Amino acid sequence: MSQTRLVEVRQNVLKHNDVLARELRTRFEAANIFVVSLVSSPGSGKTAFLEKTLTLLKEKYRVAALVGDLATDNDAERLARSNAPVRQIVTGTVCHLEAAMVENALADWDLNELDFLFIENVGNLVCPSSYDLGEQLRIVLMSTTEGEDKPLKYPTIFNTADVAIITKMDLAEAVEFDLAKARNSIEQVRPGIRIFELSSKTGAGMEEWLEFLESHLKE
Amino acid sequence: MATDELKKNNGTRVEALYLKLGGLSGVVKDALLFSWEIACQRTPLEKARLEIEEIPVIVFCANCRENKTLSSINNFFCPVCHAPASNILQGKELEVTALEIV
Repeated sequence: MSQTRLVEVRQNVLKHNDVLARELRTRFEAANIFVVSLVSSPGSGKTAFLEKTLTLLKEKYRVAALVGDLATDNDAERLARSNAPVRQIVTGTVCHLEAAMVENALADWDLNELDFLFIENVGNLVCPSSYDLGEQLRIVLMSTTEGEDKPLKYPTIFNTADVAIITKMDLAEAVEFDLAKARNSIEQVRPGIRIFELSSKTGAGMEEWLEFLESHLKE
Repeated sequence: MATDELKKNNGTRVEALYLKLGGLSGVVKDALLFSWEIACQRTPLEKARLEIEEIPVIVFCANCRENKTLSSINNFFCPVCHAPASNILQGKELEVTALEIV
């Protein structure tokens, strides 16, 4: 009885999250809502970008956002200025969002009343890459002030993203940002990914991004 | 998971856990080994070995029409013809394959 036995298991460690994320994705599709998640390092301009996106989209569509943070609800307050419904997910010590947190945060929202939902992940380029949130589009942001080789340092997060956005283009010249080099770095870890260059501050490049979002809604 | 398997198989404790870890799993082997002992304390996994099998990233190169193993996860180009290769076949694993139980 005390003999050592080998038991085959074959179970994905993140199975619970994956199952929940799949259920969420099915719900989103049934409600005809397009869900976009945002990942980036802290300070790359996720919140400014999202505030601008919400404000512009709100003229034509029903939009809402969930925003994850370790400790404060500062970002939710900032995003609320767009007048879109915004809910904060305070993760405590957890450095990423998980599908269960998204599900809880959505509990009393009627998804049928929305066209777009944005989920801003905790600022972190490592752990969020492993957790599916049920989103239909994952975008990764990097700013011109971060250095062109960020994608090479954090390949997994860039590899799991569907779209890459280079933010703070208005600062590009001041920080001597090498756009071609940055694009190459992104391409190197994720060939063929769609890349947008924009400035949330001046609004340059936002139009192209919004058109891209709208094209998904019509599908 | 370990508790369930022990119950199912009439075991009392886990001697080893076998894990497949892909290069694109987002989990670092050293960090996992470092935290393993602490995470297992006072669980049926206490003192269990963690056997990690590292899984390289394999992509399909449309140009060579062959599967290729990548030597690094920050260079998604075919190692032979250097064409971009984004069709990932393997490397995202974070999977428990087996438990050794007593």
